[in-house]
Amino acid sequence: MDLAFSPADEEFRTEVRQWLRARVPREPLPSLETAEGFEAHRAWEAELAADRWSVVDWPARYGGRDAGLLRWLLFEEEYWAAGAPGRVGQNGIHLLAPTLFAHGTEEQRARVLPPMACGEVVWAQAWSEPEAGSDLASLRARAVRTAGGWLLSGQKTWSSRAAFADRAFGLFRSDPDTAKPHQGLTYLMFGLRAPGVTVRPIARLDGKPAFAELFLDEVFLPDEDVIGEPGQGWRIAMATAGAERGLMLRSPGRFLAAARRLEELWRERGSPVSERDRVADALIGARAYQLFTYAAASRFLDGETVGPESSLNKVFWSELDIALHETALDLLGPEGEPADTDWAQRYVFALAGPIYAGTNEIQRDIIAERLLGLPRGRR
Amino acid sequence: MRFLLDAEQRAFAVSLDALLTAADTPAVVRDWSRGDHASGRALWSRIAEAGVLALAVPETYDGGLGPRPVELAVAFVELGRHAVPGPLVETVTAAALLTRADPGVAKRLLPALASGGTMATVAPEGAFALDGDAASLRLALSPDGIRLSPGHGPVRPSLDPARRLTPLAPGGELLDAPTGQALTWARLATAAQALGVGLALLDRTVGYVRQRTQFGVPVGSFQAVKHRLADAKIALEFARPLVFGAALSLRPAEVAAAKAAACEAACTTARAALQLHGAIGYTAEYGLSLWLTKARALRTAWGDPHECRALVVSAAGDRRW
Repeated sequence: MDLAFSPADEEFRTEVRQWLRARVPREPLPSLETAEGFEAHRAWEAELAADRWSVVDWPARYGGRDAGLLRWLLFEEEYWAAGAPGRVGQNGIHLLAPTLFAHGTEEQRARVLPPMACGEVVWAQAWSEPEAGSDLASLRARAVRTAGGWLLSGQKTWSSRAAFADRAFGLFRSDPDTAKPHQGLTYLMFGLRAPGVTVRPIARLDGKPAFAELFLDEVFLPDEDVIGEPGQGWRIAMATAGAERGLMLRSPGRFLAAARRLEELWRERGSPVSERDRVADALIGARAYQLFTYAAASRFLDGETVGPESSLNKVFWSELDIALHETALDLLGPEGEPADTDWAQRYVFALAGPIYAGTNEIQRDIIAERLLGLPRGRR
Repeated sequence: MRFLLDAEQRAFAVSLDALLTAADTPAVVRDWSRGDHASGRALWSRIAEAGVLALAVPETYDGGLGPRPVELAVAFVELGRHAVPGPLVETVTAAALLTRADPGVAKRLLPALASGGTMATVAPEGAFALDGDAASLRLALSPDGIRLSPGHGPVRPSLDPARRLTPLAPGGELLDAPTGQALTWARLATAAQALGVGLALLDRTVGYVRQRTQFGVPVGSFQAVKHRLADAKIALEFARPLVFGAALSLRPAEVAAAKAAACEAACTTARAALQLHGAIGYTAEYGLSLWLTKARALRTAWGDPHECRALVVSAAGDRRW
């Protein structure tokens, strides 16, 4: 058991740090939930990709560095510590890409991944529907067979980034006559500017269009945009959900950096004893998440898979994130109220954490049933 | 970087678990709580034979196997899981203290700690010491150094009946030794023990709610029950890597973080365990009480939650994350 990284890993870390020091914008980019900010973040993705820093864990032929999981974790620690911009491409990079690696064809990977890696094509998710949230398998948007492809109709909602993104991926019902709701679903990709698509942005709490509703009316997509076998979408999507909750979606580096910023803020405000425990808890929580992830990565490198234990992660970091940002706003007092500060914006973002990527209630059900072995029951 | 216990460390945990399961520890705890130390001393010898107490004693002393803080943490998780009574944390702490004392004193006292021949207790001067009536070596910590206390006052019961609190008699030989590092070992062992207590409480409660039926179904099928146990599981699984990370670094801030998180997790689990057992869990007779009360007692032993958190944000903690 040891926590020492190899000299080669440390060299990699230094290289990342030096690149970021030279390149991270001095002034924060405008919010990526605005049209202007979205394009600024897209340009930043291109800058990262030009020096092959946007997807370090991917194979080199798609724009990565074959860096492996450990170095990806180190990259993330350096990235967030440097105060670098949010990643506008992350839905594609962390959700769709793992699905393509596991279930896509080589043609799909070669066509989809390089433009994803450089921000040329930004991806949105299309899972939830007005009547299918936590009960995702009850979704009703249809994919109907047509010559050379499929026609999509129906409504998707809470589609993050869709207000400005280029393409989307998600689940559609391709066979309406199955015994169980999670059968007959197909995982596919489609263009958000294709004929028949209407995107209606939804303003989140602070009024920014962070997500959107999608109305689909016989939107055509070719067969090559189906991932895996038609009808097998649920199984494929659950693999993606594991990745989303698991190691990739919110790396420990984010929370370590945020906790250190919180500690700085606490010192700037005169180190009030009344908030000391909460500041320490943020630091302790971030460290716990880092070490938990190192252990998970060590198991992964031993050949084990990431299973239901990824639900532990999701609940932990999302609640840590809220507690950390609530503490920051309390430290700021009345100065924490203006909505245009970094702390306020990050707080609004943190509030969504326990809801997206499978609500924390669903995660607790998974923990209880699949890790603790409690009997299934009514939700 | 490989942050996993190796095969030997895992095997050590399994063998201790087997030893403690076979020892009928709950009966030992009840004897100990009454002041009947015979079965506890027998178990103590077996734990010492397994090498646990030698892990804090440097190899350079007779019988020493250490210092091996990771293995020590592995062992204390098991000791906590089985609610083993006695001044285990204190004996290990005494070993860490004496390691830094005058070599003559260390050579005189350490081998008997490693072998299990001597049970030790340690407390800051004026505070209660654990199991001073069972220990033959009683160390009182003061700003001047360590005093070998000549005796102990009357036993006062703890919230955890298996923890017998005793004031230490004043006076006795004064050893010149630094006491700072001792706190680190005491906190690490307590954190690991608390983690084990929490794991045992979770296991027992999961078992109970699976078989306890109400409204025609196991109560463990209800979401309100599941979610409380899920929260306990999360707290424990994120405390675990802090405990082993602390064992690797032995930095005060890291050990304090592990202590705060493990004790918090144990207390969260204890509250869930009591609530989900219902009235049966509230009885002295039912075995759950062995762990319930210990979770509370360990929370303030060797650094309460505020002290530990303060160290995380202080320069003295030497935090490196």
